[in-house]
Amino acid sequence: MITCELLVIGAGPAGLCSAITAAKSGASVVVLERSPDIGGQLIKQTHMFFGSKEQHASTRGVDIAEILREEIARYDIKLMLDTTALGIYEDGMVTALYKEEEYMKFKPGAIIVATGACERFLAFPNNDLPGVCGAGAVQTLMNVYGIMPAKDVVMLGAGNIGLIVSYQLMQAGVNVKCILDAAPKIGGYLVHASKVARMGVPIKTSHTVKRAIGEDHLTAVEIVALDDKFNQIPGTEEIIPADTLCVSVGLTPLCELLAMAGCKLSYIPQLGGMVPLKTGEYETSVPNIFVAGDTSGVEEASAAMVEGHIAGLCAAKRLGHIPEDFDAQYSSLNRQLMALRSGPAGEHIRQGLASACLNKEA
Amino acid sequence: MRIENHPVLDFKRGKQISFIFNGKAIDAFEGETIQAALHAAGVRVLGHSLTLHRPRGFYCAIGNCSSCMMVVDGVPNVRTCVTPVREGMVVELQEGKGIIE
Ligand SMILES: Cc1cc2nc3c(=O)[nH]c(=O)nc-3n(C[C@H](O)[C@H](O)[C@H](O)COP(=O)(O)OP(=O)(O)OC[C@H]3O[C@@H](n4cnc5c(N)ncnc54)[C@H](O)[C@@H]3O)c2cc1C
Ligand code: FES
Repeated sequence: MITCELLVIGAGPAGLCSAITAAKSGASVVVLERSPDIGGQLIKQTHMFFGSKEQHASTRGVDIAEILREEIARYDIKLMLDTTALGIYEDGMVTALYKEEEYMKFKPGAIIVATGACERFLAFPNNDLPGVCGAGAVQTLMNVYGIMPAKDVVMLGAGNIGLIVSYQLMQAGVNVKCILDAAPKIGGYLVHASKVARMGVPIKTSHTVKRAIGEDHLTAVEIVALDDKFNQIPGTEEIIPADTLCVSVGLTPLCELLAMAGCKLSYIPQLGGMVPLKTGEYETSVPNIFVAGDTSGVEEASAAMVEGHIAGLCAAKRLGHIPEDFDAQYSSLNRQLMALRSGPAGEHIRQGLASACLNKEA
Repeated sequence: MRIENHPVLDFKRGKQISFIFNGKAIDAFEGETIQAALHAAGVRVLGHSLTLHRPRGFYCAIGNCSSCMMVVDGVPNVRTCVTPVREGMVVELQEGKGIIE
């Protein structure tokens, strides 16, 4: 059994930032990451990030991961890669599996869960055919392993991820046939939409997939137009030859570990599904279990990093490591979050977070 | 197929190796996952569903969905999208739930 002060689960932007800030405050930290490398979603992102300067905006996601790697190395942080956290038990014990071979037990003083989110799926006939896959999966193939993921792609979902991945597919030399979205309006930012539109990719709003076509593998996608009540309009069907249908219909928080630990969860659609309730110090309903990043509400890397810093600061405080300027740091970080979530684009996040607020006294 | 020229990324591939898939030799590079190497070799069907025997391919490529499970060196139910390839590894399509010996 390994005893440690703070155990961070997940080495995406949220987990890494929480480890850095907790270690800066004086806590000794162990980070578990199931992948062979750190960075989470960042290592697949080749585009310049939005956000503000403090969160490395205008830097490519892959490069932000490198900046965080250098910072991690400067502190008392033990990184354990290829290590998947399997469970958090009532007595605070955490079990993990190293390389599918070796079981490990941890007894930490506090835990920060920063496991991120996973892609949602959609129901339509033949959705299980090889060739129907998540947008994140093609990103992993092409941006991490340098493998041509497809020849001809239909992208389902015109949110930021659908738009950005379409652009990245074209950079890799893949033909993007069209981008579909059931909503009457493009969900992603206009800059991304105009970039792909300029490259000649039609963005079909009020359209969805009727069925996937193919025997052993996808060969075509039948699409259909939708009316303003999202009903399919007969007679508008169109068959588009393609070997890949990328599904990019949003993410949902990975909070199984929190559920197992007994943390109160609630269904909050604005945050992506079931999310943990949390206090202003990012603590869940179970004492000493903290959360940060997409796990506690699907948002962006910039917000995930700031949340990580706050959770790290507060978890370290719980462990008795309170920096002299705690209050100044805490309010500065909260101001950054407020700025990131300001304006109409942050409206749904602000609403969602208000419902996820846990009042310990109540 | 592998991407040779990319406007933003520079791929540092590991040593070239070879492994066996259903009796055939497949080229790969160290550092790749089994599924990535199979994809580069044009293999799309990674297994069949238990009851209806429908073909299965990768879905998430990060170990979340279990759609890519195969028999690797005799061990069934290995998620090939998160398992690195090794020289001489024997990978087979899995039929049924798999038997642990
Ligand atoms: C295509 C795309 C484009 C994007 N563009 C932008 C952008 O321009 N600007 C921006 O700000 N954001 C952007 N984002 C969003 C951003 O990448 C995410 O919001 C951010 O990565 C969330 O950080 P996180 O640390 O919460 O989760 P993640 O980055 O998902 O990291 C979670 C980590 O936890 C690990 N993990 C999960 N479960 C376990 C377990 N049981 N045990 C051990 N480890 C585990 C995972 O392997 C992963 O490394 C984009 C996302 C995508 C997909
Ligand atoms: S493709 Fe999802 S687990 Fe491998």
